[in-house]
Amino acid sequence: MNDVLLNIKNLKTSFRIKDDYYAAVDDVSLTVRKNEVLAIVGESGSGKSAFAFSIMGLHTRAKIEGEIDYKGIDLAKTNANQMRKLRGNEMGMIFQDALSALNPLMVVGAQIDEAIFLHNPKSSKSLRKKQVINLLNQVGIPRPEKTYHQYPHELSGGMRQRIVIAMAISNQPELLIADEPTTALDVTIQSQILDLIKELKDTIHAGIILITHDLGVVAEMADRVAVMYAGQIVEIADVYTLMENPQHPYTRSLLNSIPTLNDVKEDLHVIEGVVPSLQKLPRSGCRFSARIPWIDESAHEASPELHEISPGHFVRCTCYKDFYFPEQAEEERNYVAN
Amino acid sequence: MSLIEVENLKVHFPVRGGVFQTVKDHVRAVDGVSFSIEQGQTYGLVGESGSGKTTTGRAIIGLNDITSGKVMFEGKDLASVSKKEYIDVRKDIQMIFQDPFSSLNPKKRVADIVAEPLRNYENLSATEERRRVQELMELVGLSPEAIYKYPHEFSGGQRQRIGIARAIALNPKLIIADEPVSALDVSVQAQVLNFMREIQKELNLTYLFISHDLGIIRHMCDHIGIMYKGRYVEHGTAEEIFTNPQHIYTKRLIAAIPDSNPRNREMHYENRKLVKAEYDRLENDFFDDEGLPFSLKSISATHQVALPERG
Repeated sequence: MNDVLLNIKNLKTSFRIKDDYYAAVDDVSLTVRKNEVLAIVGESGSGKSAFAFSIMGLHTRAKIEGEIDYKGIDLAKTNANQMRKLRGNEMGMIFQDALSALNPLMVVGAQIDEAIFLHNPKSSKSLRKKQVINLLNQVGIPRPEKTYHQYPHELSGGMRQRIVIAMAISNQPELLIADEPTTALDVTIQSQILDLIKELKDTIHAGIILITHDLGVVAEMADRVAVMYAGQIVEIADVYTLMENPQHPYTRSLLNSIPTLNDVKEDLHVIEGVVPSLQKLPRSGCRFSARIPWIDESAHEASPELHEISPGHFVRCTCYKDFYFPEQAEEERNYVAN
Repeated sequence: MSLIEVENLKVHFPVRGGVFQTVKDHVRAVDGVSFSIEQGQTYGLVGESGSGKTTTGRAIIGLNDITSGKVMFEGKDLASVSKKEYIDVRKDIQMIFQDPFSSLNPKKRVADIVAEPLRNYENLSATEERRRVQELMELVGLSPEAIYKYPHEFSGGQRQRIGIARAIALNPKLIIADEPVSALDVSVQAQVLNFMREIQKELNLTYLFISHDLGIIRHMCDHIGIMYKGRYVEHGTAEEIFTNPQHIYTKRLIAAIPDSNPRNREMHYENRKLVKAEYDRLENDFFDDEGLPFSLKSISATHQVALPERG
């Protein structure tokens, strides 16, 4: 396949805590194609942001093992200089908190201008200004000439996020990483930003990695979805398969625990326990087993691997075969008893 | 009779300026809000950031001064009772805060945090107090031995439950929950929401549930009020608001919620465009010259909408 943009193999990102290394991202392999939205879902502490930062080379003190093949270049082994040329140029990133991603002392136009200038130092000033105005137009800013001269604090949250997006796409990136781009925004603004990203995808044909914890956003945006738990991918599939036929116990529990508008349930499913902290991660065995204690030990693999259960649909560990929700089992028992 | 009746509540904050810091203008954070909640029910207050929903909650519990209007709680008007009388009322209204990390004092042990309301209102001996705190901890599903720990030793969901234990310590009648789960992860959210429903049944609690998440509001609430710029745009039962929204603002808010079925994606996107077009077309009709919604008009016994004034 020629349209593969990013091919990650066995990526492991570890942080040193008191003379020992702990892997926040452990054995993650996936591919991102051109013109595709790959969503990465997980709770806080699942390693999804650590994963994105590894691709962009934004970790300063992490040990990165494995391969991050971006169009033939291994990003895990490039030096800072090469990385700087790619970052912001071929690879763009949209951050969660637009206010802290922008420089409060610079007008927003100049910040976008800077992003273009750094990668095209020979471009003329007037041409860049035109480009910036075009970009502001493209991200749906109503009066670009005025906004060009405004400071971040003068803009609303949604507008700021648009500026960050304008900056990320300023050099026509081929790979765009959006780390929780709408988490800090109101629903109406969220839908506008998501629609904007969708429309941009069709014009710039970039591969997009969308990191989120919101399954509604996933359903709206993604082509494929990877579910992360405790640093590992536990399930990966196209969005329809994942939402309609989830297999891994974690995916199923997650989908069952959100209140939706369509069916009003009496009780929401609760996942027992908490996401283990980095230092307390089990080093072997199924990492989710501690949160589904009613499933027999023998259902788990000793060293869980991703199994391809149908083309393109991977599930980690064998425990999905025996998994059931305790409240369902109870209902069935009651049904039999009556 | 309703447990609490809010009538034409207004909270205005002065804007000061000039050499002598004189009052130049007012920010109308809450500008004429009325609703009532029956005992044992959950009332949802929805709106975007800056719509005044939190200020409404804070005004009811006395954290913001009321500019004008009435807050009738069991027949007493909280806006005009004396400080002394207010102390008795405060016992019956408690609050659960949004951020479980900043709403618990990091220097106090859980035992002291949960016992604080008890110390204010009840004369308990040390052993009685400890027993009561342990009961409360058990009620919120935490181990009674944990009372000598500090807040940082707990996870987000557990902290939020400590906040709930503190809120229910005095057997209140009304709990104001201001975005109680928005700082929590989805799986923990479910845990706290389920738990809030459980204790509601057990203790016959009334909730004023403030949130911007319409999915959660739908799950929790019987009646819903939607706020925009300090005023109501629509009010009704959960069913009415979600299946038959009348105001263009409500329609837009509901259309903006992501659909959890990926197959409806295109349809949902088109629908959102239609609603947006309708909103742009009718914006001048539905809002007055200052961009504020009009006053509410009843369209059924329970459903009120801020429809444009005609003629």
